[in-house]
Amino acid sequence: MRISVQEAPFELGAESDAFAEGVAGAGAVVTFTGVVRDADQCGLAAMEIEHYPGMTEKALTAIAEEAMKRWSLADALVIHRHGRLAPGERIMMVATAARHRKDAFEAAEYLMDYLKSRAPFWKKEILAGGGSDWVAAKDADEDALKRW
Amino acid sequence: MDILYFAWVRERIGLPREQVETSAATVADLVEELRAREERYAAAFADLSALRVALDQELSEFDASLDGVREVAFFPPMTGG
Repeated sequence: MRISVQEAPFELGAESDAFAEGVAGAGAVVTFTGVVRDADQCGLAAMEIEHYPGMTEKALTAIAEEAMKRWSLADALVIHRHGRLAPGERIMMVATAARHRKDAFEAAEYLMDYLKSRAPFWKKEILAGGGSDWVAAKDADEDALKRW
Repeated sequence: MDILYFAWVRERIGLPREQVETSAATVADLVEELRAREERYAAAFADLSALRVALDQELSEFDASLDGVREVAFFPPMTGG
């Protein structure tokens, strides 16, 4: 299991390859990547991500440990960036490995649902026309936790 | 006690963290003390349903005891992912 909270960009291919190689024989590997939406679609100049150093790592570790337990995963990976990101930049990724794809998919969804609402990150949209807005948490994201 | 503020709570209060001498028994008591200080605190803490609290880096509740707590953080609902 690896948790990384970092400002620097990450290499999606290299991270996915390293993860898959580390779990050879697991049978199923699922990866999900979150990306800052395009400027043309929503007038974004940048996304600023603030976090709570210390608590962030603890919360992500607890979430990943719970996923490892619930789905008997071979491994799990969470990388989440903070700082100022441009449209199109990758914000975060999760990867899960299990014997069967259902477990890997479900565990990846679980990780995503929880880190959206229970990991201390806050997103601020910096608009192309000036100004900025804190992204509000959605009721749907909170509701998503109930299915687990 | 260290008090930390994040996101718009930090912006509204105007600082990311501060040390506070308090004898507040619960988070709610501490919030009352802070609200009484200045308008910017009253504004930040106007609607507790819009806020979350962590005690020593664990999510908690506003009626929780501050006994033995060293670090309190206030912030809006999280938006990771």
